[in-house]
Amino acid sequence: MTLSVRIIPCLDVTDGRVVKGVNFTNLIDAGDPVEMASLYNSEGADELTFLDISASVAGRETTLDVVRRTAEQVFIPLTVGGGIRSVEDVNRLLRAGADKVSINTAALARPELIAEIADRFGSQVLVLSVDARRANTESGFEVTTHGGRQSAGIDALAWVEKAIQLGVGEILLNSMDADGTRAGYDIGMIKAVRAISSVPLIASGGAGTQSDFAAALDAGADALLAASVFHFGTHRIGDIKGYLDHHGYPVRMTKAL
Amino acid sequence: MTLAILDYGSGNLRSALRAFERTGKEVLLTSDYEVALEAEGLVVPGVGAFAACMAGLKAVRGDQLVRERLALGRPTLGICVGMQIFFAHGLEHGSSEGVGIWPSTVEKLEAKVLPHMGWNTVESAAESSLFKGVEGESFYFVHSYGVTESCGATEAWTSFDTRFIAAIEDGAIAATQFHPEKSGDAGLHLIKNWVSTL
Repeated sequence: MTLSVRIIPCLDVTDGRVVKGVNFTNLIDAGDPVEMASLYNSEGADELTFLDISASVAGRETTLDVVRRTAEQVFIPLTVGGGIRSVEDVNRLLRAGADKVSINTAALARPELIAEIADRFGSQVLVLSVDARRANTESGFEVTTHGGRQSAGIDALAWVEKAIQLGVGEILLNSMDADGTRAGYDIGMIKAVRAISSVPLIASGGAGTQSDFAAALDAGADALLAASVFHFGTHRIGDIKGYLDHHGYPVRMTKAL
Repeated sequence: MTLAILDYGSGNLRSALRAFERTGKEVLLTSDYEVALEAEGLVVPGVGAFAACMAGLKAVRGDQLVRERLALGRPTLGICVGMQIFFAHGLEHGSSEGVGIWPSTVEKLEAKVLPHMGWNTVESAAESSLFKGVEGESFYFVHSYGVTESCGATEAWTSFDTRFIAAIEDGAIAATQFHPEKSGDAGLHLIKNWVSTL
């Protein structure tokens, strides 16, 4: 009886379609998030994350429909992030079938939003997404906005501590330095956030080789999120889990029932 | 004959609805006392804090409903906080009274990291109907509170720093701390097991 580490594929969705190229040949429609979600579920994903990057109101409505259709077919936890500004946005997503929501920019602009969401729906529905990079701040890590291009002017560890006090149930830590490099997770950053975090920690950004996943777990991550290495077929979820299982990490191995 | 999922203002019911429909049964979302009382099986979901959940349950007379179904021997399944509120007391957001089917208190788990979030295996009893065929499988948990003392029923246990009850089967009433509707194929199998006992 050991809690398994979680492997979480993340799909960028806009106007109801998966954005980043997907390199699977066995899909009827590689741009359909529902079909992708179903495939990842069958491959052993422990949770799914949709990041809504739609720029328009109509695009966000379409995302609600994608969430509805996914929740009706895929029976593992679904987190949805992107563009969430209010308690009502959260309510709509949860009612559509999301189990958790992740917030980022809106919480930086108005931290009380964290407490408002946690009070209404419970901390367990709320993931704080932190885009952080190395910088000359007190902890050596700062929060960024605009996809890592701008400093938010806040120390990353101070922000995580404050957000936990306000009621977030989980931290999604994105390394903006490592993101897209496939050179490995930012191990120092994971260790630093783990040391001050009493809630589960999801690491993201930089996954390249199978051993990168293990290194992030050694640093204290409870879950690992990745996008491109799964979408481009560099790694299959089952292979990563097989590797981790072989090296003694607790993973959920699915079998046909 | 139908299944009813009690709708008392708690979170994501869509996946629960679809997961229970997979059994081939007709499934209704309802907050109507009579409909829920007459259903072949009643599911009591639950998301959020114990105190708020219990207040929501009372607002639809769900506490009385669960007791009446139990007295009539009609199967009822509680999920997550829906399981917790079947106990006598809960300590989340202040002390509050539960439905009181079992005497224990639902307390904050002693663990380094909370919530207990993710997939964990359980140690089920040999006589369990719920876990038949999924004994070694993992189920999805999201909670910070739990029950650490036995209530003398058929129990499944798990641990996360502390040992606590993962599921209970006690006559017409059953409950899981985990979310079977979010536990992939293993969860769907467990749901089928429950429905097959109706």
